Amino acid sequence: MDKEKISLSVLTKGIIKENPVLVLILGTCPTLAVTTLAVNGIGMGLAATFVLVCSNIVISLLKNVIPDKVRIPCYIVIIAGFVTILSSLLEAFFPSIYSALGLFLQLIVVNCIILGRAEMFASKNGVVASALDGLGMGLGFTLALLMIGSIREILGAGTWFGIPLTVNLFSPISIFILAPGGFFVYGCVIALVNKLTKGRAIKKKDFSCEGCPSAGACGSCSGCSAEKGENK
Amino acid sequence: MEIFKNMMYILMTSAIVENVVLAKFLGCCPFLGVSKKLDSAVGMSSAVIFVMIMATAVTWPIYTFMLEPNGLGYLQTIVFILVIAALVQLVEFIMKKYMKPLYQALGVYLPLITTNCAVLGLTLLNLENHYGFLESLVNALGSGIGFMIAMVLFAGVRGKMESCDFPESFKGIPSTLIAASIVSMSFMGFADVANGIFR
Repeated sequence: MDKEKISLSVLTKGIIKENPVLVLILGTCPTLAVTTLAVNGIGMGLAATFVLVCSNIVISLLKNVIPDKVRIPCYIVIIAGFVTILSSLLEAFFPSIYSALGLFLQLIVVNCIILGRAEMFASKNGVVASALDGLGMGLGFTLALLMIGSIREILGAGTWFGIPLTVNLFSPISIFILAPGGFFVYGCVIALVNKLTKGRAIKKKDFSCEGCPSAGACGSCSGCSAEKGENK
Repeated sequence: MEIFKNMMYILMTSAIVENVVLAKFLGCCPFLGVSKKLDSAVGMSSAVIFVMIMATAVTWPIYTFMLEPNGLGYLQTIVFILVIAALVQLVEFIMKKYMKPLYQALGVYLPLITTNCAVLGLTLLNLENHYGFLESLVNALGSGIGFMIAMVLFAGVRGKMESCDFPESFKGIPSTLIAASIVSMSFMGFADVANGIFR
């Protein structure tokens, strides 16, 4: 019973309390780049969830085999392997999503969320817990991307999942599907989350290392580590 | 002359019109994280320029002469990330031994950009656009310069922002992102400039 409780909280914390995109501010590049349409957001989110769950499972299975010193390269190879599998699968079965995500599908390899979870969670916990953690984080990522994607699509193109919504209300503000709109909507959504949680979510100090779960592992989130380097 | 023109076009496009950070969203993490102080922004982006050129110079031949002829093109992601990681490590060792001043300037940032998505993204983009070797190198240089321009500009903007009074929930990351949005909007003004000059 107690065990079940633990795994449930492992699953849900990724979705809300430690949402990787909105609270931990990880994986900003794909978040900004692919969310021009809601459907791309979901595609990217599910793709990353697949890689996250698979790599978490494999890494937690191999955690006793991988020598500590070379663990980061090992993790990267495992993640890159799954990304390659995934991109071949998508190219074969969902060519439209494959071409919409384009480069960012390959760049899942260097997504800080995945490497961060591998280092922080999968390398220390059992297989089931790691799989659930991956699933929770992945769903949180998907949800955030869906939200940002929906806002940008409705405001910028006047449609939602391709369905015209705002035809008679206002003409689409196309800057929202361009680059500046991405930064703007992402900033506003984070501000909204801050407002709603009123600091109940984990307080992440302004880009400092203490709040970053993957500060040690993460080369991609170089912001954190660079500032750590400076402080030395 | 035609070649030179083409090179200038690629350089201009990758540095300003299609800025890596502000238009392509590559390398957002260091852009948001390290842009607080001007000197660390300059250090970081010089290291990025350096690694981008090195990585392109190594991955392009590997793909063209080893993977492609053997039908292994789908392995590019795995191979590239490993090659970039190994390369950065190697360069760091060499610099530490023989080029002390350069190491002191860039050393801290080198290992961090191993998995910077701008570097991997650039090497993949070069192949996607079917650039030749020289074109790829020019594109790498341009993207690096573009990264530096974005970082330095944004470091200035953030310096000004320090003294602003934001609403409580906009403090920190949200206000930074919105400032980035405005900087990115100003870069949209460069659209078609390269086409107008060189084409």
